[in-house]
Order: sequence, then C-alpha cells, then structure tokens
Amino acid sequence: MAEPQTLRLEGIRKAYGVGTKAATEVLHGIDLDIQRGEFTALIGPSGSGKSTLLNLIGLLDRPTSGRLFITGVEAAKLDDAALTRLRATAVGFVFQFHNLLPAFTAQENVMLPLLAARGRPDAVMQERAASLIAAVGLTQWAGHLANDLSGGQQQRVAIARALIMQPALVLADEPTGNLDTQSADGVFDLLRQVNRDSGTSFLIVTHDPRLAQRCDRIIELVDGKIASDRPNKVESAKET
Amino acid sequence: MNPLLPFEWILATRFMREGLMQTLLIISGVALGVSVIVFISALISGLQSNLFRRTLDYQAQIVIRPPEEIARTLHTEGDVDWATLVQPRAQRLRSVDQWQTVRKLLEKMPEVVVVAPVVAGAGFVLRGNADKAVNMTGIEPESYLRLIALQAQMVAGSAELGSDDILIGTELGNSLGVGLGDKLILQTASKASATLTVSGIFDFGNKGINERSVYVALRTAQSLLNLPGGATSIELNVVKPFDAEIVAQSISAQTGLDVQSWIVLNAQFFSALQAQSMSNFIIRFFVGLTAALGIASVLVVSVVQKSKEIGILRATGTTRGQILRLFLLQGAVMGCLGSLVGSAAGWAFLMAWRGIAKNANGTPLFVIEFDPMLFLWAALGATLVGTLAAVFPARTAAKLDPAVAIRG
Repeated sequence: MAEPQTLRLEGIRKAYGVGTKAATEVLHGIDLDIQRGEFTALIGPSGSGKSTLLNLIGLLDRPTSGRLFITGVEAAKLDDAALTRLRATAVGFVFQFHNLLPAFTAQENVMLPLLAARGRPDAVMQERAASLIAAVGLTQWAGHLANDLSGGQQQRVAIARALIMQPALVLADEPTGNLDTQSADGVFDLLRQVNRDSGTSFLIVTHDPRLAQRCDRIIELVDGKIASDRPNKVESAKET
Repeated sequence: MNPLLPFEWILATRFMREGLMQTLLIISGVALGVSVIVFISALISGLQSNLFRRTLDYQAQIVIRPPEEIARTLHTEGDVDWATLVQPRAQRLRSVDQWQTVRKLLEKMPEVVVVAPVVAGAGFVLRGNADKAVNMTGIEPESYLRLIALQAQMVAGSAELGSDDILIGTELGNSLGVGLGDKLILQTASKASATLTVSGIFDFGNKGINERSVYVALRTAQSLLNLPGGATSIELNVVKPFDAEIVAQSISAQTGLDVQSWIVLNAQFFSALQAQSMSNFIIRFFVGLTAALGIASVLVVSVVQKSKEIGILRATGTTRGQILRLFLLQGAVMGCLGSLVGSAAGWAFLMAWRGIAKNANGTPLFVIEFDPMLFLWAALGATLVGTLAAVFPARTAAKLDPAVAIRG
C-alpha cells in the first residue's frame, strides 16, 4: 500500500449516557473508507447521526467502540494533545454557523490554525494566508473584520482556513445551509475547485439534494446505519 | 498581528479589546482596590514609622543593667528551711560589673550600631531657695548623642556637654528662672554636690520629662553618685530595631546581665503596632479578594460568551494548554493593568491628602511614608491575584468540549 487511506472507519459505535438507564446508541457500527481526492456527500434525515459521525471523524469526540484511522493513524491510541495535533494537521473544518472569530480580520482567521501550531506569526504564514484568501477570491476583503463580511464571504474564509494546514480531509457541516442559492452555488463550486486542484478529500454533510447530486459519492445515513453508499455520476453541465 | 507576540498574547489582547467595556470595568475595579491598598498602606506605614521614631528617639533599643540582687536563704538541712520568711532586697545603685569589657564585646557584634554607658540616679537641683527633684543622667556625649536624638531636641545651646555642664528641660529652666550660661547646684541624697553651668536647654515635647530630667557628663554623675568609673546601665542601638529582642536575649546569654529590649519595655506600644499591621493586612486581604472575585466573574462570563469561539479554536488545532494560558493571561493582564492605574491613582490620592490634612501650623498631619517598592509589590500582587482568579474560568474554558461548544 503506497499511500494510507485518508479515512477508515471500522465498526464505529457511539452511545451517549453510557452506564446510565438513559443510555442511547446513536451510531450502530459504521464501516467506511474514504480515498484520497474523494468528494463525498453525507446525507440523511435529522437525527440520523450525521453530526455525531462528523464529530468522530473530525476527532472532536471519541467513539464508544470501533476503530478510526485518519491518514493511517489510529486515533484511539493518541492522548488529548496528540489528538489535537492530528486534528490540526489532518482535518480541516467548515461549519454552518459561527465559523470565524469576529475579533480578527479575514486573513487573520485564515492564519489562526497555523499560528496555533507554530506559536508566533511570521512572514511565511502571512503569505500563505494571503494566497489562500486570493484563491477564494477575497483579496480585497482580507483586512476586514470577520463580522463585516457577508455569509457567503465568511464561508469562503472558513474554507481558506480549513485548507491552510493542507489537510488530507476537509469536513464541511452544511457549509451552504445558511446561504442564499447564488452564494451557496459559489461556495460549492469553490469546494469542488479546491478538491480538483489539491486532491484534498471532502466529506460534506448536506440536506440539499441538489448539492448532493453534484458530489462523486453519496452516503446516506438512516438511524445510525449506512443505508446506502453509491457513486454518483456528476453531470458536467451542472458542475460549472 | 505583531510578529513579536505569541499566539496566546494575540488572542488575549483581541478578546479583551473585543469586550472592551467589561475589560475597562474590571480594570477600574482592580485599580480602585489597588489605590485603596496603596493609600492605606502608605498612611499606616507613615503613621507607624512616625510613632516608632517618636518612641525610639527618646530611648535606647536595648538597656543592660546589673542583675538584680537576690536575698539568698540560709542553707537547708534535710527538709527544714532555716529562714521561713524571705524579704526581697532593696536594690541599691550599682555599676554593671566590668562594663568596659562588656562594652568592647558589644561593639564587636555586627548587629550593634552604637553602645553608650550611662550613669543614672536621683538628685536635686538647687538655685537660691528653690530646689527641684530630678533624674540625673550621666552621659558620654560622643556615644550617647548617636544613641538618642538629643541634639535635635535642643532649643538653646548644644548637647555636647563638658564635665562642668548640665542640660536641662525648658520647664525646669522656667521654674528655676535659669537660662543658658546660668549656674546651678546639683546635689544627691548623699550630699555630694557640684556647681554646673547650663550649656543647653531641651524640649522633648513632654512636660514631665522637661521638668524632671537633667543630663550631665558621665564623670560628673559618677562622682556625684559615688560610682567612680562605674556605669549603671549600658544602652545600645541595633541595626534592625525589630530584631532588638533577639539581640537582647543573645547578649543576656553571653554576659549573664539583665538585658531588656525596647520591645519588652514598650510591650503595649509594640502590640499596638502589631494590631495596626494586622488591620492593614486584613484590609489588603479583603480588597485583594474582592478584586480577584471581580476578575474571576468577568472571565467566567467571558468563557460562556466565547464558548463557540473556543470551540472553533479547539477544532482548528488550538490545544487545551493554549486555551488555558489564554485565559490565565487575560487575568494577569487585567490585574497588572489595574494595579498600574491603581498605583497612579493611589499616588494622586496621597498627594491630595497631604495637601488637605494639615496641622494648624501648616505641617502635614500625617507623615506619609513613600515606598516605591509598595508599587512594585502592588503590581506583582495584582498580577498574581489576577492569574489565580483566572484559574477556574481558564480550566472551564480548556475543558470545553469543542463538539458541544460549536453546536452551542
């Protein structure tokens, strides 16, 4: 095996309130592989466990049982500090709301993960953030505070931030759920473009079937189980 | 972003600037507390050193006397005591045995500043038909004037007396009608007498002392009191007045003499000083506690307000340690800034107070002791208190579950 899989889940279960009478299992044994460069949609009704699964994959939470590998590293074997480091380098996040720190400018928000990792700002960091800001088309907004940007612009900044550590996998939780159709299309196009250019894998949680249809693979989660997992032929007309 | 600042500093300053109102309020709160501490401390230490000076200006810190004479019982045979009633002996005036040797020994001690032999006893001053009972103190000017600030109390003449000179108080001079250069007869109970010239008049600000004390040369007192070459006490000052009792005990152990420090001789005054220090400490403690609670509550609120941002930071690779330091830093910075503002304000209060609180004659009512170290300690203390106050909120922030925090 030349290159480890970006993501591998084996029999992942997650229960809340373990040890109490109210213990409920949310995920009932998930097996999943994501290869490098895959652009995958995760769909399913509310309460099906999508967000729980995303938190586990994003190393924000630990599974009750099962094994989880990111870029070949088994998460269960890491302590909290190592988990934070792995999360910082291997996974990028784009959330639906409250993505950015309002006290910082667009470019500073993009820099933050790198700054946290290195401890002090430097010129290389500034350059990399600036080029990512340019890549998401916000150069003229780079110096504006996050709160002064529109919702679509904020999501673009969040995407740039998710990419600054050059992660193997970007997790996006309803990245366009808060946007009007036009901005949503723009943000989605940007995700696809980054995916094509950098080979970064994407896992996108969405309620929007229109967006899911524009992904290479669609995984449907129902009641904590994978109900379907199928490749999807993207019609090239819709892609641009 | 300032490239010189580490990550936590950048975040801390941004967070504090973001909640500027809260930050300013709590800095004002800390400043108020620190200014109260600075003001009260300066006032109390000024008051204390003033009292302290007034007490120690007029008495030596350690006084060494010959041991008391004890009436010994007759020897005991078996269980029978021959003398069943023992009367304490009347203490006659005696010299400290071998005082010159003791003096040399004391002068070699590093803790000792100055040693002065004294011959003190009772006498009468006579002028014409008038006579007054006085306490005569025979001194060696070169050592005694370094021990007691006598020169500073002189209103006429000089404290540097010769063997035919006498120093008297203002009240005694008035009641006898004598002034500088006039002659007096000093007589003792054993009818020894000397005719002396008034070479100086002092005012200790105490009527009793001014009326009953006279100073003569050591030799004059020795001959009048029939103690040739003797000294009824040896008095000394030490480098650290508050260590006087420790030094006194070590001298007592070495010489077997009766050694007493000003701390024992002025037990009441000393306990008053300690009570003051204690009240000062209590004020500091509670003001510090109040400031700490203020900082802690602001940070607790801030952690709640910023929980989503903390979640984002955690999700994008900020470690628990970094979050912890971020909030500790905010506490420290608020404490430190508050103490700087508070020190300045406390200083301004002191200046204003010095201008307002005056005696009728225009001299300041309170002597305010101004110790620059007080500001340094206030700043360090407030920074420490701020950091400690931030421990609980910082731990809360560091423990936040990023998944929960982001969902909100």
